[in-house]
Amino acid sequence: MRIVLALLIGMVFGLGIAIAGMANPAKVLNFFDVAGSWDPSLLVVMISALVTTAIGYRLVFGRLEQPVLDKTFNLPVSRAIDARLIGGSALFGIGWGVTGFCPGGAIPALGLGYTETFLFVGAMMLGIVAARALQTSILKVQSV
Amino acid sequence: MTTEFTPLAAALGGLLIGLASVLLMALHGRIAGMTGIVGGIVPPLAPDWPWRASFLAGSVLAPFLMLAGGIDIPFDVPVSTTALIVGGVIVGFGATVGSGCTSGHGVCGIARLSPRSIVATLIFMASTFATVYVVRHVLGGI
Repeated sequence: MRIVLALLIGMVFGLGIAIAGMANPAKVLNFFDVAGSWDPSLLVVMISALVTTAIGYRLVFGRLEQPVLDKTFNLPVSRAIDARLIGGSALFGIGWGVTGFCPGGAIPALGLGYTETFLFVGAMMLGIVAARALQTSILKVQSV
Repeated sequence: MTTEFTPLAAALGGLLIGLASVLLMALHGRIAGMTGIVGGIVPPLAPDWPWRASFLAGSVLAPFLMLAGGIDIPFDVPVSTTALIVGGVIVGFGATVGSGCTSGHGVCGIARLSPRSIVATLIFMASTFATVYVVRHVLGGI
């Protein structure tokens, strides 16, 4: 049941990304190109997703003691605003600005079948593996 | 290359992304952060990888079915293959070290009013704006 519902929720997510146009790197990049071919769509997507999630989370946490299919809510516990958070985020922004793909846009875009997306996602997975290896072996911290 | 401002589709798409985030929390008790979810299905595999793989498969399936159903989904990559691959590694590396990306920090984290996520989102948005400016208006494309 967990697995089937995760598939359906994933489909809602992928549908949202596709309808929003966020599986299209050109459209994403144009949001960031204020000095050029600006397309504000991403801002509308973010606001709409944020408002929906904020209201929905409030209902979920207000009414449920635990998630329907699990024992506890699995929420991030770290509160540190440190060099990892800042440096990692700044780096992510550079990669996003170079490619127009973020993880949430790229995975659903695989369904469109373009070679470029597979290359990006493969490279992204390599980056994830490298970061985790570095964090666990050298910095001795647990990755999330 | 220009793209058209599509506010209605953007609002509807955002609503669905938010709905998926809320459902994943209500049912599975999980943040719908794409970097974290993908991180669990690459080595070392997370013990709870099956739901992750299933969520990811669903997110790929939806646009695939839309295309198969004859719905046109615009797609254009305005950068070189080399930039795409190098940028891909940077995205995966940076989002993992920074504990999240647009979906995890930008949507789920800010919705929980997490100070970490608000800071992370402000930083990666600023960094992306700066990168796009440099790539397009200083370097003239890559």
